[in-house]
Amino acid sequence: MKEQRLSRRNFLATGARIGMTGLSLSASSLLLQGFDFSDLGSTLQQATKIADSATKSFNAVSKALEDITPEQEYYIGRTIGAIVLSKYKPYEQKAGNSYLNLLGQTLARFSDLPELFDGYHFQILDSTEINAFATPSGLVFVTRGMLHCCAHEDALAAVLAHEIGHVQLKHGLQSIEKDRITKATSILAIEGTKNFAQSDIANLTSTFEDSINDITSTMINNGYSRSFENEADAAAVSLLKRVGYDPAGLIDMLQIMNKQLKPGGLDFAKTHPSPESRIESLEKLVSGAGAQVHQVAQQRRFQTALQGV
Amino acid sequence: MGEQLSVQVRDCQIRTKPSFLGAVIATVHYGDRLSSVQTKDSWLEVSFGGSKQGWIHVSALTDKEITLHPSAQQVNQSASSDELALAGKGFNKQVEEQFRRQNSQINFTWVDKIETYRDSQEEIEKFLKAGELKPAGGAA
Repeated sequence: MKEQRLSRRNFLATGARIGMTGLSLSASSLLLQGFDFSDLGSTLQQATKIADSATKSFNAVSKALEDITPEQEYYIGRTIGAIVLSKYKPYEQKAGNSYLNLLGQTLARFSDLPELFDGYHFQILDSTEINAFATPSGLVFVTRGMLHCCAHEDALAAVLAHEIGHVQLKHGLQSIEKDRITKATSILAIEGTKNFAQSDIANLTSTFEDSINDITSTMINNGYSRSFENEADAAAVSLLKRVGYDPAGLIDMLQIMNKQLKPGGLDFAKTHPSPESRIESLEKLVSGAGAQVHQVAQQRRFQTALQGV
Repeated sequence: MGEQLSVQVRDCQIRTKPSFLGAVIATVHYGDRLSSVQTKDSWLEVSFGGSKQGWIHVSALTDKEITLHPSAQQVNQSASSDELALAGKGFNKQVEEQFRRQNSQINFTWVDKIETYRDSQEEIEKFLKAGELKPAGGAA
């Protein structure tokens, strides 16, 4: 390979490309979907003007997200993790959690965002509700109810790969209100680490708290947009193929989930597109759904680790 | 040599080849400076510690210089510079502590425990082998 100087532009472009692997969306369309620019106007006559200001807004948002360093993501994510664990009890069974971490950390290493400030960590939640969450810092939570939707390792790998997809696509951070990110980063830009005045800390903590609320209300209460869920599914399919799992495992899991979800429930029924519609989108990406043969050693360790869960 | 880059994660491994299946040569830490040699997909070959070379995943790096213990001058400079990042700026440990004082019902004990779950290179290789999984050349 030819020796190459990595310019800032190349470096950032590489980062953008990494974020997009497996998706047909461009970086700008992804971010534009995350933020509602419909208020920019709707007339074709103003197309040029709109395109210009959309570009400016996009640059501001993109710059703002870029300004949230992995270290800051880590502190945001720790707090969201603590909030999740104040709503759900952790399931304290060593075998199940060890297995979940081995599977999840293996997948994460081959994802488009393998390196986080403190790495990925996985935890089972003691709830029969069907749910899973991922913080921007890579803490991934899966309920017992969700595990009950997984009949084999390919299916569980698909659940974790979907959550890793949300992390690598920065869906959590994009739930923070646009103005807040801009405000936060403008405060952050002028603050150093030393000699924080008490008022600075109070300001930062208030912005921190608001940002956390934006993320948890989307992640836990309202759910991401349908397009974010489809993107996470697409990222999952790409990651599963890369590691050697059958991506049809995701469809198998959704079929079981479809039978077990209670209409009107506060879990996946509320926060995610219906399993049928996700299966419909996935079928374009996965061929031969449900026809896979599950590897014997995988099935044995899956059943042993999750026995009784 | 090429561009100077900084490690933006707490710890990261440098490997013999551009893949997480490559053997670990060294561990680098937050703020360490590395010099790029060449890229391959999402991996960078870097030189470090004088004459050593190895591969690191691009997601561990930033092109900004990370200052762990900034001076007052650097704090001022960082406001107008895209090239300098201050470790611990903004949402940091101090902010978390303040948040915890104001929200004492939210308990961080389990988060601390979950963060200790780490699997070694050896355990992951064993897991892949036992499951007869053959990832395609490591991270793309």
